[in-house]
Amino acid sequence: MTDPQAPAEGAQAVDSTVGSAVDAATPGKGNGPAGATAAASAATSVAGTSTTIEAAAANPLRDPRDKRLPRVAGPCVMVLFGVTGDLAKRKLLPAIYDLGNRGLLPPGFSLVGFARRDWKNQDFAQLTHDAVKEHARTPFREEVWKQIREGIHFVPGEFSDDGAFDALAMALKEIDETRGTGGNYAFYLSVPPKFFPVVVEQLKRTGLADAPPGSWRRVVIEKPFGHDLKSAHELNEITTSAFPESSIFRIDHYLGKETVQNIMALRFANNLYEPIWNRSFVDHVQITMAEDIGIGGRAGYYDGIGAARDVIQNHLLQLLALVAMEDPTSFEAQSLRREKEKVFKAVRLPADLAANTARGQYAAGWQGGQKVVGYLEEDGIPPDSVTETYAAVKLEIANRRWAGVPFYLRTGKRLGRRVTEVAVVFQRAPHLPFSKDDTEILGQNALVIRVQPDEGITVRFGSKVPGTAMEVRDVSMDFAYGESFMESSPEAYERLLLDVMIGDPPLFPHQREVELSWKILDPIEEFWATQGQPEPYPSGSWGPPSADAMMARDGRVWRRL
Amino acid sequence: MTTFMLSDTTAGKIAGQLTLLRHQMGAPAIGMVLTLVVICEERDQYDALRAATEAAREHPSRILVVINRETDEPTRLDAELRIGESTPGEVVVLRLYGELTDHADSVVSPLLLPDTPVVAWWPGKAPDVPAKDPIGMLAQRRITDARMAPDGGVKALATRAKGYAPGDTDLAWARLTPWRSLLAAAFDQPIGKVRKGQVEAASGNPSAPLLAAWLSERLGATVKVSDSAGPGLTTVRLTTPEGDLSVARADARLATLSRPGQPDRNVALARRQTPELLAEELRRLDPDETYETAIKRLARSYKP
Repeated sequence: MTDPQAPAEGAQAVDSTVGSAVDAATPGKGNGPAGATAAASAATSVAGTSTTIEAAAANPLRDPRDKRLPRVAGPCVMVLFGVTGDLAKRKLLPAIYDLGNRGLLPPGFSLVGFARRDWKNQDFAQLTHDAVKEHARTPFREEVWKQIREGIHFVPGEFSDDGAFDALAMALKEIDETRGTGGNYAFYLSVPPKFFPVVVEQLKRTGLADAPPGSWRRVVIEKPFGHDLKSAHELNEITTSAFPESSIFRIDHYLGKETVQNIMALRFANNLYEPIWNRSFVDHVQITMAEDIGIGGRAGYYDGIGAARDVIQNHLLQLLALVAMEDPTSFEAQSLRREKEKVFKAVRLPADLAANTARGQYAAGWQGGQKVVGYLEEDGIPPDSVTETYAAVKLEIANRRWAGVPFYLRTGKRLGRRVTEVAVVFQRAPHLPFSKDDTEILGQNALVIRVQPDEGITVRFGSKVPGTAMEVRDVSMDFAYGESFMESSPEAYERLLLDVMIGDPPLFPHQREVELSWKILDPIEEFWATQGQPEPYPSGSWGPPSADAMMARDGRVWRRL
Repeated sequence: MTTFMLSDTTAGKIAGQLTLLRHQMGAPAIGMVLTLVVICEERDQYDALRAATEAAREHPSRILVVINRETDEPTRLDAELRIGESTPGEVVVLRLYGELTDHADSVVSPLLLPDTPVVAWWPGKAPDVPAKDPIGMLAQRRITDARMAPDGGVKALATRAKGYAPGDTDLAWARLTPWRSLLAAAFDQPIGKVRKGQVEAASGNPSAPLLAAWLSERLGATVKVSDSAGPGLTTVRLTTPEGDLSVARADARLATLSRPGQPDRNVALARRQTPELLAEELRRLDPDETYETAIKRLARSYKP
C-alpha cells in the first residue's frame, strides 16, 4: 500500500458505509421530512446530543429509587488503535459485545478500528465477529450482533500517516451524522507505549482531541505507564498536552475485577473486620500474584522491564492501597484516590534492601508436568539478561494503623500455579490454655481474599479435631463468589469500558498514584541494577531461596499456595 | 443428579434427608443465598421449575415447589428431593393432599433457609393480595405474573394495586425493563417537554398499560394504549414540540429508535424468557417503589 492511496481508500470505505446506513435507516423512519434532513440536522445538533450529568439529572424518566434501570452510556464512538492485538481480540471486542448483550450500549454506539491493514469495514467486522464468537462471556445473539455490526467501521493507515488520521477525522464526522453519536469519542490506545507520542500528536493535529462544547473526548491507555518515575512523567506530559487529566483513563484491569472491588465492600460495609484491621491484631500481610506461564511472546516488551515493573508497580501496589487505606468519605473518584495516595505516601522502604528484597529468574525445569526452558533460553532474550522474572519486596506503612506491620509483595512467572491473593495474617492468640502438644499444628488465623482464579474469601482458624483429646488444627471457612453469585460476574473490561463511556473515573488510577508508586519502586530498581544476575529458580517452584530467606529472617514463611 | 422420593412424610424428615444427601455428595453447606418458594399447579410445574433452576444459576437457592393436589383425598405430604450438578442449590417438590392444602405454610416454613431472604413466586394463578397469603406472609418478595391471570392481566394488576404491600412485584413489570432502560437512555440527552404519548401492544398485554402508567407518571403527560398486531409491545411514541421520539419493534428482537433531528438507529431489544425475568427479580430484594407508583396509577385509570 502506497501512502497517497491510503486516505483515498479510507474515504471511499467511509462513503460507501454512509450511503448504506442512510438507505437502511430511511424505510424505518416514521416521519418522512425529518428523515430526509436527518444527516444535516444531526451535524448542527451535535452540541445538544451529549450526555451531560445535568441532562441526566434532569431526565424525567430517571429516579434513584428505580434500581432496575442500569447505567447506560450516552451516544459515543469508541476508536480502537491496535485492533489486531491480542488484548483487543481476547478482551476488548468481546467485552463490547457483552455490554451490548446486557443492554448497556447506547443506541448508535459505533466502533472504529484503526490499524496498519489493507482492510475494509467488513474485514474488521469479521475479526470482531470471530473474537466475539470465541471469547464473549454471554451467548451470541443475532440481534445484538446486528446492532453492533451497523456501527463497525475501519480506517486503515500507519500512525505516522497524516492522511490516515485525516480520513479518521472525516469518518468520525460522518458517523456523528449517520449514527447520532454527538461528537463523543473515546480513543483506546491498545498499542505499545512507544507509539503513544505519535498517536496523541496526530489526535491533537487533527483536532480530534479537542471536544467541542457539549461533547467529550477521552483517551484510554493501558499499562505500562512508563518504566520509572521520569518516563511516567514524560508519558504523562505527552498525553496531557492533548487531553486534560480528567479525560485520561488509565486502565489497570485488576481494579475492574469484582473481587478487588469487593475488598472495599468487605472492609467498609461490614463491622466484623474493621476493628481487627490494624497493627493490634494483624501480624503481616502477604500480597501475591503468581503466574504459571513464562513470558510467552512478550520477550520484546518484558526484557529490561521485569516482574517488579510489570506487576508490583501497578497491580500489587493498588491491592496494597485498597487493603491498607482508611475509609474514603465517599466512593467518588476524588475521595477514593485521596485515600490511596495517602497510603502510597506513607509507604516506607526497608533500610537494608539487600536483606528485604529478593529477585529471581526462572531456569529450565518442570512446570505442571511439562518440561519448559529457562528465561535465558526463551526466544528473543539475550543470554546475559539480568531481567528478573520473580520479585519480592517488604514494605512498611508509616501510619498509626499499620506501623510495624510488614506488607510482603511477591510476583513471579513460571511458579507452581496461577494465583492472585491478598492474605491478612493475624497474630497468634496471646495465650493458649492448651498444652503445647495440643496446638502444635495450629497456624495463625488468616483472612485470604482470592482475586483469581476461584474468586472468594477464605478465613482460616483453629478448630478442635473430633475425638477425646483436645487437639486443635487449622480449618478454613470459605466463601466462593461462584457459589453465591453464579454467572453474574462481568469481566473486568466490561465494567471499565462502560465507566470510560459514562465518564466515571473511580476505578482508574490517577497520574499522582502512578508517580507515587514509581517513587516506591525506583530505589529498589536502582539497587537491583547494581546486583548483577538475579538468582535462578527452577520453573514450577515457588521462587528463589533468597525470597524464603528474606521471610525466615523475620520469623515468617510465605503461604504455600 | 440425585433424586429422592419421600411419600407420606413431614417437613422434619425432608430436612433430614436433604442434609444426608448433601453429605453424601460431599458438598455440605454451600453458599445458597435465598429460598424461592414456587406455588403452582401440577401442569405448570415443569416449566416453572425449569425457569427457577435456570435463575438459580445466578442466585443459588433452595427451591421449594408447592403443588396443591386433590383436596378431598386423605391428608398426605409427598416430596421429591433433587440435588445435583444441574441445580446449583436444592430442589424440593412438595405435593399436598387433603386438608393440608390449606396449611402449606406449615410445611414450607420449617424448610426455609435460616437468616436469608425468602421469595414467593406464583407462575400462574395468584392470590389477589399476595401479602396476605399464608406463604406470601413468609416472604420478603412476592412475584406474580399478570400475563398468566385467568381473567385478563390488566384486571389482575388493578386488583393487586389495591392490596399492594412493599415487596410485591410482577413479571409484567420486569418485562418492561429493557424498554424503560432504552427510553431513559434516550432522555439522557435533553429533549423538550412531552405533550402526549402512545403505547402500542398486542391486545390485552398487561405490560402496555403499566408502561403507559409509568411514562405518564414520570412525564406528566397523557399516555394512551392502543392495540397492535404484536408480538408483545411494538411501539412507544412520545410527542414533543420538536417532533416524535419513538421506539418501534416489529419482530420482537430489534427495535428502531427515532428522535427528532437525529438519524434512526437500531437497538437490540429482544423479548426475554421467564428465567431472565426471574433472575432480574431476584437481583434486588428491596421494595420496588417505582413499580408501586406505576401500578397504583394504572389502577386509578382502569375501567373494567
